[in-house]
Amino acid sequence: MESIEEELAATRMFRHLTPEQLKAIAELGEDVEFPDGRALMIEGGLADSFYLIRDGFVAVQTQSPAGPITIETLHNGDPVGWSWLVEPYLVYFDVHSRGLTRAIRFDAEALRQLCAEDPQLGYELMRSFASVIVERLHATRLQLLSIYARTATA
Amino acid sequence: MTPSPHRIVSRRRETADTWTVALEPLPGHELPMFAPGQFGMLYAFGVGEIPISVSGTATRLDPLRCTIRAVGGVSGTLAAVEPGDLVGLRGPFGSIWPLTDAIAGDVVIVAGGLGLAPLRPAIHHLLAHRDQYERVVICYGCRSAAELLYVNEFEEWRRRFDLDIDMIVDVGGPDWHGKVGVVTKLVELAAFDPQNTIAMACGPEIMLRFVALTLKARNLPPERLYISMERNMHCAIAQCGHCQFGPRFICREGPVLRYDDIEEWLKVAQL
Repeated sequence: MESIEEELAATRMFRHLTPEQLKAIAELGEDVEFPDGRALMIEGGLADSFYLIRDGFVAVQTQSPAGPITIETLHNGDPVGWSWLVEPYLVYFDVHSRGLTRAIRFDAEALRQLCAEDPQLGYELMRSFASVIVERLHATRLQLLSIYARTATA
Repeated sequence: MTPSPHRIVSRRRETADTWTVALEPLPGHELPMFAPGQFGMLYAFGVGEIPISVSGTATRLDPLRCTIRAVGGVSGTLAAVEPGDLVGLRGPFGSIWPLTDAIAGDVVIVAGGLGLAPLRPAIHHLLAHRDQYERVVICYGCRSAAELLYVNEFEEWRRRFDLDIDMIVDVGGPDWHGKVGVVTKLVELAAFDPQNTIAMACGPEIMLRFVALTLKARNLPPERLYISMERNMHCAIAQCGHCQFGPRFICREGPVLRYDDIEEWLKVAQL
C-alpha cells in the first residue's frame, strides 16, 4: 500500500501542492478501515475530521421516514467531508461505508492549526477543496435538473 | 416513402412508461436491415408517425426491436400495441455508430436514461465481435433504479469478465445500494486509453455536453467522441426542415454525429 504522502501526491485535488506541503498534511493523517455499513460521519455530529478514500466507496445519506436516501456516493481518491472548513464545524449528512472501505483520516483541528501557522499551505488547501466543492455543485445541479425525463425516444 | 406493414411480435415493459416492441414485416415484405445507430419512423395507423429508437437490429433469427416511451398521443398508442397488431415502418434512416473505426482500440459507451436504447445495438455488435476490440466500458446513468432499461440483459452484461460496466442513479432510495450521482462520475472513474479510444454517447443534450467536458478532461481527442442527436425528426428524408441543426439535417447527417463537428452549434441558444 502506498504511504499517505504518496497517496496524497497521486490524488487529483492535491496535485498542485509542493512535496513539503504534502508531507505536512500527510503527518496529520492515519490509515483507517471501515467494514460494510459503518458510519464515518453522522448528521449533527462534530466535523472533527475529513477522509480521503483509498479503496472502496461511501454513501452520503440523509434519513427520511421511508429510510435513508443516498444523495451521492464517493469513490477512490474522493475527499469526504468539508464541514470542518467552516464554522460551526457540524456534519450535515450521514456517511456510511458500502463494502470494505479503506481511507485516510485527517484531524480537522490540527489541519486548521497548520493552515493558520502556514497561510500559503492554507491557501493551497482551500484551493483544493474549492475545486472539489465546485465539481460537486455542478453535479448536484445536473441531478436537480432531472435531465432524463420526458422524451418519447432517445 | 410508404410505411411497410409490420406485425407486432411481442411487447415487453421496461419501466412505468417505456416498452420495447418487437416487429416483423408481413410475408412478402423485406426484412429491414438497420445498422447500429440508425432510426426508423414508426406509424400507428390512423394516429400518426414518430421517429423511433431501434434498440435491436433485425437478423434472420431475431425481430427488429424498438423502445418507446409513452409521452404523447402517437407514442402512447405505439407503446400500447399488442402482439398481432399492425404498424407501419419506414427506414432505415441516418448515420451509424463508428464501430469499424473503433476496431483494435478501447470503446467507451456513455448512456443516459432512454439513451441506452440506440446504443444497445452497438453493444450487441461489440459483444458479438468482442475479440476485435480492446477494453469495452459502459457507463449508464438514469434517474433512479426504477428507470433502468433492459434489466435482465444489464445483469447478464455485468456478469461478463470482458466488459467494464457500471451504472449510477440521480436519486438513491432506501433499497438502492449502488452508486449515486451523475453519469460523468462513471466516466471519471473509467479505465481506458484516451489516445486509443472511441467514445459513443447518447442521452439528454445537457448530459452530452457534460460528458464531452469530462472526456476532454480525460484527454480524449475531440474527434473521437460521437453522439446521437434527437431533434424533431418528422419526414426523415431531409425535406421538412424540422430537424435542421445549423447546416445539417439530423435525419440525414445524423443522428450519429462527431461531437466536434456540432459542438459550436450546441452552444447556440434555443437552436
